[in-house]
Amino acid sequence: MTRALYQSDAGEAAGPGPASALQTGASQPKAADPARTRPAPLADGKVVLESVEIARALTRVAHEILERTNGASDVVLLGIPTRGVPLARRLAARLSQVEGRPTPAGSLDATMYRDDLRLRPARALGHTEVPASGIDGKIVVLVDDVLYSGRTVRAALDALSDIGRPRAVQLAVLVDRGHRELPIRADYVGKNLPTSQREVVQVLLAETDGRDAVLLGAAAGR
Amino acid sequence: MNRHLISAADLSRDEALLILDTAEELAQMADRPIRKLPTLRGRTVVNLFYEDSTRTRISFEAAAKRLSADVINFSAKGSSVAKGESLKDTALTLEAMGADAVVIRHPASGAPHRLAGWVRGSVVNAGDGTHEHPTQALLDAFTMRRRLGRVDGLHVAIVGDVLHSRVARSNVLLLRTLGAEVTLVAPPTLLPVAVSSWPCEVSYDLSGTLPKADVVMMLRVQAERMNAAYFPTVREYSRRYGLDAARLALLPDHGIVMHPGPMNRGIEIAAEVADSPRSTIVEQVANGVSVRMAVLYLLLGGANSAADDGAGQEAAAAAEPAEVTR
Repeated sequence: MTRALYQSDAGEAAGPGPASALQTGASQPKAADPARTRPAPLADGKVVLESVEIARALTRVAHEILERTNGASDVVLLGIPTRGVPLARRLAARLSQVEGRPTPAGSLDATMYRDDLRLRPARALGHTEVPASGIDGKIVVLVDDVLYSGRTVRAALDALSDIGRPRAVQLAVLVDRGHRELPIRADYVGKNLPTSQREVVQVLLAETDGRDAVLLGAAAGR
Repeated sequence: MNRHLISAADLSRDEALLILDTAEELAQMADRPIRKLPTLRGRTVVNLFYEDSTRTRISFEAAAKRLSADVINFSAKGSSVAKGESLKDTALTLEAMGADAVVIRHPASGAPHRLAGWVRGSVVNAGDGTHEHPTQALLDAFTMRRRLGRVDGLHVAIVGDVLHSRVARSNVLLLRTLGAEVTLVAPPTLLPVAVSSWPCEVSYDLSGTLPKADVVMMLRVQAERMNAAYFPTVREYSRRYGLDAARLALLPDHGIVMHPGPMNRGIEIAAEVADSPRSTIVEQVANGVSVRMAVLYLLLGGANSAADDGAGQEAAAAAEPAEVTR
């Protein structure tokens, strides 16, 4: 159970049992934690956000970013793998559409900065891709699918400070499910979802899972 | 695969690809202002070198330091080994000092394997006698993948002193695992007796092999291990098995030239070939750091590595039945 507390989304909570990374490597796709890309399906999961609602939430978040950053001229969106990355791209597309100029978007993998590395087998790294414009002096908006303990975001902040010095860092999440373990909050929230810690929140995105949906269900087998 | 890296044969295809993919992500770090990750903070890596080495030792040291591990360098010269201490006693001393990983290079084949039975930490083979050098094979495969986009289906010619080369053995095993076809090219005296049982082709004709090779890997003539006459003269060897500009022209246009170093310029490789843009020799050194970071991270970064003591080992033991049922 303590293990689950460190996890930010349902996909991770459904992760493999303890075995060395090199052992579990056998079932892993290229450069990705299988639990993150192919979460165990939530059989009894209740759909809390439909595709249309996700789109609406992202559009609202995009407009909030524009308002809070004066037109997003200095904004760089960095998605946290796996599902933060397509979300960052979708937000960037919406910002570009409204303002008529491209908004840089990339990805930031914080695996090597996590505080729970020793609790689990070494895992495959996600991809980090910082836009060519860099992040120095920019407003970096970190984007993730689910905000839970806050530990992933803490790791991402550390990773960010090794890459450069942004003018400000903000956080956008699709779902805030509560149960923070660190003093971290989101600046932009798609949907506040009160949950119990026994529940699992799973975000599905067309880019990674074939369809858009946010599911809420009981943790399988726990 | 256990918590050690002793032979390239221990790696499955997926494990090898996981190491290469991890190295690919870590290689990006070389462009960043701060080339350091906090991942192995508080862990100790001992470099235990019983043989002279420049690039491998420095490469492992750089890799461990970029992951924030503490590094202790131990070379046999000027240490208690010179006073006659056995490998086992040295190993137990390191154990008592709390080494989480031991990177060992030793002139005796099999030394890392014995060491793995004596220490609780991870053992990484950095070259044992004429046996294996798995991280070199990994960095070679990594270099091929970066230059040519893939390893699967490549035709690789490994040329020269195969008999004394741990690099050749590890490469044959790993490249086979990754789906490449390997041809060893060497004079019959410099091929191991059991080479027919290796998963590769053998040829005595370098010029005939080059036109269909995507990669040609030149091996160093290891004069220090040669206790008998393996070829009549250096000049004759160089004529028949050396890579000069004329032979380089036989290689397809996309073909690359590799060498694990240190080179004997003018013997197995001509200076103009070594310095040509088709040579990956300097890249191999840079890639070595990324690959060794990946290996150290995957061996030490997660749970059930040595530093987690009993809890980790229990978890590993508990995981094994699950592995079987999966």
